[in-house]
Amino acid sequence: MMTDTTLVLGGKEYTSRLIVGTGKYSSNEVMRDAHEESGAEMITVAVRRVSLPGQGDSILDFIDTKRYTLLPNTAGCYTADEAIRTAYLAREAGLGDLVKLEVIGDARTLFPDVQGLLEATRTLAREGFTVMPYTNDDPVIARRLEEAGAACVMPLGAPIGSGLGIRNPYNIKIILETVSVPVIVDAGVGTASDAAIAMELGCDGVLMNTAIASAKDPVAMARAMRLAVEAGRLAYRAGRMSKKLYATASSPLEGLPDWTS
Amino acid sequence: MNITVNGKAMEVADALSVDGLLAHLSVSRQFTAVAVNREITPKASYASVTLRDGDRVEIVRPMGGG
Repeated sequence: MMTDTTLVLGGKEYTSRLIVGTGKYSSNEVMRDAHEESGAEMITVAVRRVSLPGQGDSILDFIDTKRYTLLPNTAGCYTADEAIRTAYLAREAGLGDLVKLEVIGDARTLFPDVQGLLEATRTLAREGFTVMPYTNDDPVIARRLEEAGAACVMPLGAPIGSGLGIRNPYNIKIILETVSVPVIVDAGVGTASDAAIAMELGCDGVLMNTAIASAKDPVAMARAMRLAVEAGRLAYRAGRMSKKLYATASSPLEGLPDWTS
Repeated sequence: MNITVNGKAMEVADALSVDGLLAHLSVSRQFTAVAVNREITPKASYASVTLRDGDRVEIVRPMGGG
């Protein structure tokens, strides 16, 4: 079997197709160990006010920034303007040109405001950012985001932090057929099979935080997710058999001994 | 003079620079970004930008998130 292609984002190649977060961990040590087990090469971070005075642990004391690519997000932004300013802050902080762009439209579901998302994508792509927009599972919006300069599209599988899995695999499939940029499922993954399903559909990657951080054993779940993403990817490349309604015998029908008396 | 930093009112020396403010608050420059009255201050200007009475300063850095 030919070796797999890499995931290319912002001109950089990634072997791992799993992107993990830094939120909700019980400790920075558990987070660091989970990152290690996940095999991820890209890690999301939020951008927030420093606590004053400024001493104290930084999560970056627990992330080797030479080894991992940081992916700052614009979580908590409800307008394009807030998201754009947050992306600039992240870049000025030295976190690079990548941005996991979130423009939230509703506090209860955290569903994206796609109008604001399109506007922010257009602006940030023009300003040289590698824009990775968190979007809903709408193929039309996915195409608009690609036209607006998005480096990939990141449809949700289910609401952020819900762990409900891939609720609309058919829409994800249509998105895969609609855009030529990478498709990364972002949000909704609850357990390993959800990640495998996303990859079996043909997605280019999966981004998750809560599924690992809120597992009883985050380090073990990180490993499970690594294996699931790899297994799902391999199954996709292997090409699954077609589904049939009735049985097809696996053993030959000829050559059965005669037991009739 | 009085300024607001990350939503907190504080009294600081007149004509304090951004650099001076970061030192005063023991905030490291690494992976930190600063905005004054909604405008981002480039790191290269931290020494030359002086704060004025009533300024609203935001100092951010990466935190845990997904």
